Amino acid sequence: MDIISGKAYVVKDDIDTDVIIPAHYLALSHTVPAQRDELASHAFEGLPDDKYPVRFIKPGQTKSEYAIVVAGDNFGCGSSRAQAPGAMMCAGVAAVVASFYARIFFRNAVNAGLLLPLESMQRLCDEIRTGDELEIQVKERTLLNKTRKNNYTLKPVGTVADILAAGDVFAYAKQLLAKGELKGPVKANHNTGNWVEAD
Amino acid sequence: MTLTEKILARAAHRKSVEPGDNIWVDVDVLMTHDICGPGAVNVFYQKFGRDAKVWDPDKLVIIPDHFIFTKDQRSHENINQVRTFAREQGVKYFYDTGEGFDGTWATMSNGYKGVCHIALAQEGHNRPGEVLFGTDSHTCTSGAFGEFATGIGDADAALIMGIGKLWVKVPPTMKFVVHGKLPTYLMAKDLILYIIGDIGIGGATYQAMEFAGEAVQQLSVEEKMTLCNMVIEAGGKNGVIEPNEEVLAYVHERTSQPFQVVKSDADAKYRVVKEYDAAKIDPVVAKPHSPDNRDFAKNLGGVKINRAYIGSCTGGKITDFRAAAKVLQGQRVSVETFIVPATREIYDQLHSEQVNGRTLAQLFKDAGCIGPEPPGCQACLGGPVDTIGRANKDEVVISSTNRNFTGRMGSKQAQIYLASPYTVMASAIRGRITDPREFLG
Repeated sequence: MDIISGKAYVVKDDIDTDVIIPAHYLALSHTVPAQRDELASHAFEGLPDDKYPVRFIKPGQTKSEYAIVVAGDNFGCGSSRAQAPGAMMCAGVAAVVASFYARIFFRNAVNAGLLLPLESMQRLCDEIRTGDELEIQVKERTLLNKTRKNNYTLKPVGTVADILAAGDVFAYAKQLLAKGELKGPVKANHNTGNWVEAD
Repeated sequence: MTLTEKILARAAHRKSVEPGDNIWVDVDVLMTHDICGPGAVNVFYQKFGRDAKVWDPDKLVIIPDHFIFTKDQRSHENINQVRTFAREQGVKYFYDTGEGFDGTWATMSNGYKGVCHIALAQEGHNRPGEVLFGTDSHTCTSGAFGEFATGIGDADAALIMGIGKLWVKVPPTMKFVVHGKLPTYLMAKDLILYIIGDIGIGGATYQAMEFAGEAVQQLSVEEKMTLCNMVIEAGGKNGVIEPNEEVLAYVHERTSQPFQVVKSDADAKYRVVKEYDAAKIDPVVAKPHSPDNRDFAKNLGGVKINRAYIGSCTGGKITDFRAAAKVLQGQRVSVETFIVPATREIYDQLHSEQVNGRTLAQLFKDAGCIGPEPPGCQACLGGPVDTIGRANKDEVVISSTNRNFTGRMGSKQAQIYLASPYTVMASAIRGRITDPREFLG
C-alpha cells in the first residue's frame, strides 16, 4: 500500500490492549471471518468516556470513520492479544502513527499483516486532532495533515521492512526458506510458493 | 554476553549475538491457552494448509485457564476447538477441562491445571537455558528459571507451530540489582512495583530485565516468578534471573529432560545497571490506572476499599497465600475478599497445608474470605460477566494481580490498586489501604 488516507482518531500515551479491546471480548477472533464485525464494533470501547467523548466507533456500527490512529508513547502496551490490532483492522484502520509501540502489539501488527504501525519523529498526538484528514505516503515516509496543512516526516520502518514488503511473516519466512537462508521441517517451493516437506 | 544474549545465540546456532541483531531461534516450548489458542490454530491451518502438522507436538503445551468457570458458550467453544486441535495433532501436553465440563468446578477433569505460567513450572515445562514463547504477555514469568521467555501473538505462534522457529531482535539488557536482605514486610511484588514506578510503564520496552543481588537471590522460586512476571508492565521483552541451587532443585523435581544452565559472562555489557537498597523500600501500591503509578501503602490510609482480591499468576501462588495468612492471625476481613489460587496444585495445598491446626483454606474461610475459588485467571482480567470476583460496577479493589488499567477487572468505573499479598490482606482487614507493618511488626 503506497498511500493511506483518511480521517485521524487521536489518542494519547500508554494506550493499553485492555482499552483497545476489553478482555471479555477475547472469545472473539479476527481470524474467524464471521466474528469480525462483532469484534470491530467493540474496538477502543475501553477508552474512558470523559477523556474521549468522541468515540472511535458509533454504537451499533461495525466500521469506524477513522482509517488512521494517531498516538503518543507506548501504544498497545499490556497483553499479547492479537485481537487488539485485529479489532482495529476489522473496524477499518489501515495504519497507526505513534511515537513508539509496545513490542508485542508491533509484532502482531506486522507479522500477521493486520495494519501498518508507523513511528513519528515528533509527538503528533498533540498536533493532530481527531477528524483531521491525513494522507500518508508510505515509501516517501511523509504524513500530510490536509486539514491543518502540515507535513511531517516519519521514521524509517527499520528491520521489519522485509516483512512488511512480503505482506506478513509467513510470506517472509517462505522467501527465506526458498532461498535456503532458513531451514525448517517444511520448506517452500520456488515456483508455486507452497509449503512442502523438507527432505 | 548477558544471560539473555547467550541463550539466544545458542538457539540461533551462533557463537555470539549483539543487541539489535535479528535472528531466527529454535523454539524449545510453545505455550498457548484458550483465548489465543483458537486464533493461532486458525492462522496455522490458514497459512500451512488444512493437513499441516505441528513441527513437534511434544514441544507444544496447551493450557486452558482464562475463560473457564463461565456459562459463556463462546468460551466453551474455544476450549472445544483447542481440544480438537490437540487430538488432531497428537499434542501430549494438553491440560484439558474434559468433555463433560459444564463451567463448574464439580465437573472439571483432573487434567485441568489452571493458570498457564504457574502450571508450566509445576508440570516441568520450565528449564534453564531454553527458549519459551507463549501467546500471553506474562510468559515472561518463566524467566525466573534462567530461560528466555516472552509473549507473542497468535500469528507468531502459528509460525512456530509450522516451522519450530521464530525471528527475534536481540534485546539490550537492563540489570537491576537489589542489595541487602529483603525486610520481612516486603515481597517480590513490592520490588517489581518499585522498579516499574522507577523506570515507567514503557521504561524497558524492547529490553531484557535481568535481576540480581542478595535480596533477589534470597527469594523463593515462586517469588522469583512474581518478579519476572511483571517485567511486561514496564514493556520488558523478558525478565531473567540466574538460577541458583533452589531453582535447579525445583526443576529437577519436575522434569527429567536435560537442560544446560546459562549464566551471564563477567564482562557482559548492560545498557544500564540500576541498584537498589531493599531496606529503603516501603510497601508499594500502584494506584489506578497504571502499574507505574507508584505510591506507598503508608501514604494511602485515606483510601477506602470495598474489595480485595488475592489471585492470578502474579499473586495467587502458595507463597502469596502463606503471606496473606501471616497477616491475618485470627482477624477477620471487613470487605469481600476473594481467594483465587492460580493452579490446582495450589488449590490442593490450601486444603492440606496447616497453620496452628487449621488448613489455609479453613483459615481464610474463618476470616470471612470468599473461596478458595476454582483455580484459573478468573477476575484478574475481568473475563465473561459471570466470572467470580469480576468488578461489575464502581468497586474500589486492592489486588495482588498484575494490571490496573481502566476496565482491567471488568467495569471501566472500577478503581484498582495493586499491591503485595501482605498489603492486600492488611487492607482487607481494615477496609482501607493499610501498610502491612501495622500487622507484621
